[in-house]
Parts: sequence; C-alpha cells; structure tokens
Amino acid sequence: MSDVLLSAREITKSFPGVKALAGVQIELRRGEIHALLGENGAGKSTLIKIITGVYQRDSGTIQFAGREIHPRSPKDAEACGISTVFQEVNLIPTLSLAENVMLGRLPRRCGIIQWRAARAQARRALARLGLDLDVSRALQSCSIALQQMVAIARALDVKCELLVLDEPTSSLDEQEVAALFTVLRKLRDDGLAILFVSHFLDQIYALTDRMTVLRNGTFVGEYATAALPRLELLGKMLGRKVEAAQAAPTASAKTAGAETPLLDARDLGRCGSVGPIHLRISAGEVVGLAGLLGSGRTETARMLFGIDPHESGELRIGGERTALRTPGEAIRRGFGFCSEDRKVEGIFPHLSVRENLVFAMQASRGPLRRIPAAEQAQLADHYIRALNIKTASAETPIRNLSGGNQQKVLLARWLAMQPKLIILDEPTRGIDVGAKEEIEKLIETLRAKGMAVLFISSELEEVVRVSGRVVVLRDRKQVGELDGDFDESRVLQMIAQPHADE
Amino acid sequence: MNDPLAKVKGWFTGGGLLWPVLSLAALLAFNLAYQPAFFRVVIQDGHLYGTLVDVLNQGAKVMLLALGMTLVIGTGGVDLSVGSVMAITGALAALLVTTTALPFVAVLALCVLAGAALGAWNGLLVTRLRIQPIIATLILMVVGRGIAMLITDGQIVTFEHPTFVFFGNGHFLGLPFTVTIVALAFAATALLTRRTAIGLFIEAAGDNETASRFCGAPVRLVKVLVYAFSGVCAALAGLIATSNIKAADSSRVGELMELDAIFAVLVGGTALTGGRFTLVGSIVGALLIQTLTTTMYNLGMPPAIAPVPKAVVILLACLLQSPIFRAQLGGIFARRTTAE
Repeated sequence: MSDVLLSAREITKSFPGVKALAGVQIELRRGEIHALLGENGAGKSTLIKIITGVYQRDSGTIQFAGREIHPRSPKDAEACGISTVFQEVNLIPTLSLAENVMLGRLPRRCGIIQWRAARAQARRALARLGLDLDVSRALQSCSIALQQMVAIARALDVKCELLVLDEPTSSLDEQEVAALFTVLRKLRDDGLAILFVSHFLDQIYALTDRMTVLRNGTFVGEYATAALPRLELLGKMLGRKVEAAQAAPTASAKTAGAETPLLDARDLGRCGSVGPIHLRISAGEVVGLAGLLGSGRTETARMLFGIDPHESGELRIGGERTALRTPGEAIRRGFGFCSEDRKVEGIFPHLSVRENLVFAMQASRGPLRRIPAAEQAQLADHYIRALNIKTASAETPIRNLSGGNQQKVLLARWLAMQPKLIILDEPTRGIDVGAKEEIEKLIETLRAKGMAVLFISSELEEVVRVSGRVVVLRDRKQVGELDGDFDESRVLQMIAQPHADE
Repeated sequence: MNDPLAKVKGWFTGGGLLWPVLSLAALLAFNLAYQPAFFRVVIQDGHLYGTLVDVLNQGAKVMLLALGMTLVIGTGGVDLSVGSVMAITGALAALLVTTTALPFVAVLALCVLAGAALGAWNGLLVTRLRIQPIIATLILMVVGRGIAMLITDGQIVTFEHPTFVFFGNGHFLGLPFTVTIVALAFAATALLTRRTAIGLFIEAAGDNETASRFCGAPVRLVKVLVYAFSGVCAALAGLIATSNIKAADSSRVGELMELDAIFAVLVGGTALTGGRFTLVGSIVGALLIQTLTTTMYNLGMPPAIAPVPKAVVILLACLLQSPIFRAQLGGIFARRTTAE
C-alpha cells in the first residue's frame, strides 16, 4: 500500500554563503512513522522548516494530498493539515491546559470566549492521546513529558494529516519516551503520517517504519527501517564505508604510560545529564570522546570542568579524591576548557584579541594584581605568532576575526595558563581546513610536551586520528573504551550496537 | 597604541567619543551664536563666576552618578536607585550634623559607607537572588525615599554646619569645590578600573557573562562591587545636593536624577547591553545634558516644557551613536566613517 500524503522533490534552499539543501526529496505516507536522519548540518531542520512554512524553498515542488502547496508560515502549513511540535515546547506555562490546547482558536460567540466549550474540546483532544487530565490545571504544574503531550494534542486538534516532531524526546526519560511512543503508534494506526526527527538511534529503530537520510544538504536515500542495519545507516549518515578500515595511526605513540593518572573518574554521573562515566587521563595522553550528537559528550566535559558538578561517583585528580564545584576550582587544579559554543561561552566579542587572550590568566591572579601592560602585549604577540593567528593587531576586537582564528585565541587563552589538562570540545567545528590541521598539529605538540588532552569531536575520523584512546558514549552513557589498536569502524560498531543491558 | 596621537584618535573612532563631543560642541556653538553671554566668565573675590562655571557646578551631581552608573551599565545592569540613595544619605548627613558633634569628615565617611551598603544590597539582589537589575534597583528606588523620611521623621531638616555647607557651595582653586570632588572621583574611578583588572572584569562580565564564569572570573563579586560603588557615588551626590539647599528635602533631592545619569552614560557611548565602557564619555554626556538644561533656562524656557527639547537632543545624540544611522546619513558622514 503506498498512500502517499506528501511528496517533496528537488528541494533547494540557499542562505547567504551556504547551500543548505541541494535537490533533496522526501516522501511521507499515511499511516507511517518516517524518520529524518543526518548529522548536524545535514539539512534536517532546514527541510522541516520548509515543509512547515518557516522558510520558503528556492526551487522544487511539494505535493501534499494530491496538490501543490506553498506554505508561507507555520499557520499556513497548519491550514493545509501539517502541524509541528518543535524541539522547545512553545506553549505558555502560566496558562491552563485548556487554554494552551485551544490558544488562537478559542470558541467565541460575539467576541466572548465560550469557556465551557473550550474545556470540553481540549478534554476531547487530550483523550485522543489517552490522557484524562484536569484541563484547568496550569501547564507549568505538569511534567515536561505531559507538556509535550499537550503540545501534540494542540497540534492534532486542527484538521491534521501530517504531524512533524522535531527532537520530541530530548528532554524525556525512558518511561516517558515509552508512553509517547504508545501514543504515536496509535496515531499512526489511525492513519496519520508522522515525521520524526531524533538523534537517538535506538528510538529510530524502535519506532519508525521508514527513514530518509540526508548528508551535507543532499539526499542520500530512503530506506525501510527494518531493512537497514545500524552500521550501514551510520555509514550513510557519516558518508563513508564503515567496513573500510583505515590504517590506524601509530596509537602507541599517542599513549604515554604514566602510573598515577592525572584525572581518574569512576562512575561519575549527574542526574538527568550524563553518567556513569569512567575516564582516566594521564599526562602526555590524548583521550578522545566519541559519540553521536546528544550522546553526552559536552555534558561530560562540563561535569569534569565543574560547570555542572558531578552528583555521584568519585573523581581523583593526581590521585587525590576531590570534587570540582565551580570552573574556578577546576582551573586551580590546572584544567582548561575550550567550550563547544565559541560565541555563547567563549569569546568576549567586543574586547580585543589581547584582552580575550589574557583573560583566564588575569582571572586566576584576581582583580587587583593586574598583568602589566608590557607582559600582556608580549603574551599576545607570542601566541599570535606561535599559533599563526591572523589578526590586524593584538588590539583588534575579536569579533572581527574569522572563526578559526577566534578558536586559536581561545586555545591560547588556556595555553597561557600552562594547564595540566585541557578539555577541547569541538575545537575544529566551523573552521576552515587549514586551521583545522594547525589545531590538530598543535594538540600533538602539547601532548608531546606532557599535557593531557580530552578531545571531543563529532567527526569520528578526527577523533580517531588525534586520540590515543577513545571513550565511546551513547544516549548519555558510556558504552565502552577502545585502546591501542582501533579504527573508525570499531568505534562505529560500538556506537551502533543496540542496548545490551536492557 | 603607544603613540599618543593614535590614542587620541582611538578615543574618537573606537570609543565613539567623537559624537558626544561633537554634540556638546554644537550646543556650545549654538550658545555662542544666540547668547554670547553664555561664555562670559568674571573673577570676583578670586573666584570664577559665569554660566560655564555654573554648568560644571550644577552638573557635578549627574557627573558623579554617571561614574558609578557607567560601571553598573558596563556589567550589563542598571541602577535606578541612585536618586533615592541621594535622599537617604542626604537625610542621614543632615541628621548627623544637627544632632551629633561628629566632625564632618566622620559624617562624610558614614554616609559613603551607607551608600556602599545600600549599593551592595542591590548587588546581592542581582547576584544572589538573580533578580533583573532594573527590578532589583527599582525596589530601593521606591522604598528609599520612605527610608529618608523615616530618618528625618518626615521633616525637612535644615542646618548651618559650615563645613557641610562648604562641601556643596564652597570654592577651591577659584572653582566651585564640587568640581574638585568630581575630579577626584573621576581620577579614583579611572585608577580603580584601569590600573587594576577590575575594568577588564566589568567589561568581560557585560560582554559575555558565561565566558567570564568559565574563565574563573569572580563575576558575582565584581557585580556587587559596581553596585556598591554606584551607591558611593550617589552618596557623594546626595551630600552635594543637600548642602546646596542647606536642608534635607527627602522627597525632592535627586528626583529623576537616575534617568539623567543613565542618559549621560548612553549619550557618552557606553552601550546599555554592557561590555566596553568609557568614563570620559559619560562625563561628556553629563556635561551635554547639563549644558542643555542651562541653555534652556537662559533662553527663558519655562521649566515645565524644558524636557521636550531635552528629549529631542538626547534622541539625536543616541541616533548619532548608531553606526546604521550614520551610514544612512550618507554623503560626508558615510565617507568619513568608512575612511576611518
């Protein structure tokens, strides 16, 4: 049975300087749950936004229920029968469930809201999802999972034939996910088409019937979920043959044996965030943290740097048991942390390269012992030359620099502190190939000098190339560790294997 | 940057000092054309008198408030309570000089401490309870005048204490003593922020608070300090205002002056979103506002409608700060900014 509801062909969309989608297609059928997959930047969210009217396509066609549509806004798409539940629940926490379900279409007579009718309709909408709730409750008194259900009820209350769910499970626990899936399966059996976007492979395999894979804004293929093994799927998402093992670099050279590890984390965890994590890093060693997006890599880094302190497990630094409750404590222990989000968590956009560069060092000296101007200038000049930072001068505001050069300034900020351990979260994201190579070389130089490095990257190839040992995460848990002789395919296998422990 | 000429040029291009200074110059040029008497300065009993001196003297309070306000705005906050802090410290000073035999220096010290404590209270609300600065300081703004009334028991306390009267009305080196106070406060603020790393910490906290925290900088401490400092500046301004009229008038002292101080900082080129701040710019901004007020009084404009032209000038000064607006001006202005 091929009851095609939506068929998008040759969809192209460009943003200034980037081609986000190039000739992408997708076909959704009534009574199926369809997964949309791809790594970050593959064009998933652009495609969703075109289907739901947030963006307009540059070219291509979208046939919906047999006719060409051109949604100009989410409301427009809703009128066609396409409803969306976005990643962040965009409801109003202080209003009641009934108001949230009915918002924007409350039944009125002569401009006066018919509350009784509104509540009855909201109750019916929730009952369709198998929920029997007091609809006069405030939304904020409900759990996130229930709020998600309310958002879905709201989306279904209009004449809806296609339900788009963008990362609906990212803030739910396992039970809540199971409850959501029951509802989604019921809706599918009622004949609804559901487009499901998630990074969690286990969930994709548990729930969906077919899937469309995108990579770098292009269409890779459409597959029946049951017919595509995980390993192959990963290969298609990442764009390389997984079984083609590359020559493993001289792993032993990258691992230096030290007796007392610099950092020794046992069963380290944080409720609702990540864990348990077992991680040992010695001086002169690069340890990679691998996993798909949302697997808990950044959460691990933040926990180790005291931003979101650990709640369970044991952390030893240099053999001594300790807890890191603030970044300041981690820095005093000789840690440095280059965050994944350069703009939001890294740079001071309006301050100069010099000020950005000396800031961590100044912070460690306290406000009163200002680093003398001459010393600041010397430090800045040294690192601008050593890291080949391209800037007009040390006094240029950092926002005028390219992404790669900003990243080098942030690296220099920590290198100036001569840290024992540096945590690099996606240090090469969004920077050009040349700068990428320089940063990888720099990591090797630092390691050779005896620094410990925790290297996080979503590019598996890079993690394998740079690290001497790789810790693999999946679904915010550690699933294994690879030492010595390993390659990309081993890491992929580890990421891909289904939950064995459940 | 070592070259002094480049540094002066940097003030105009980088800090955006050019436009507030040009605005002030334009206003002075207007006065030169329409009422040359504005520039007449006479020497009497060894003191300078004239409208320009009045501008400095009258503008002293806003200049002081603007110094503290600059640092608060630099962290991305705002302090609405300075007018009320002026009333509280003014009332406290009047009470102390009339009911105790404390020397004025001790009274001054106590009032400065009180200002610092009130500011620190604001800072704690902002950092510990995470109340938005505008709300946190609004609390003290509203309750402050009531506290001042409590201190003076609802009366207007008058005094004749000679040193206290001198504080706001005396002369020193031929100029009003208030000018000396502002000069000392400016020098102290500049040293405190630029000779230590406090200025950098303030700008970093305002530019990117998260990054600042991730670098281990004491963001909360810095914020509490800037609010406390703003309280100290308000205390000095409050003492001047109280000394000017030789009475503690809790309901009127420093009324709406918090807004003048915020205007001065913004007109001077410090962005309300925090980050880079310029103390010189804020002083120029305060002088601009005072010159405008004085100009209008001299033109015989009724005080009740004086806010209207003031608003127009402030709007113009703010527009001139905007790179987009300057680009739209086109012609010479556009060419000038790109040439720089």
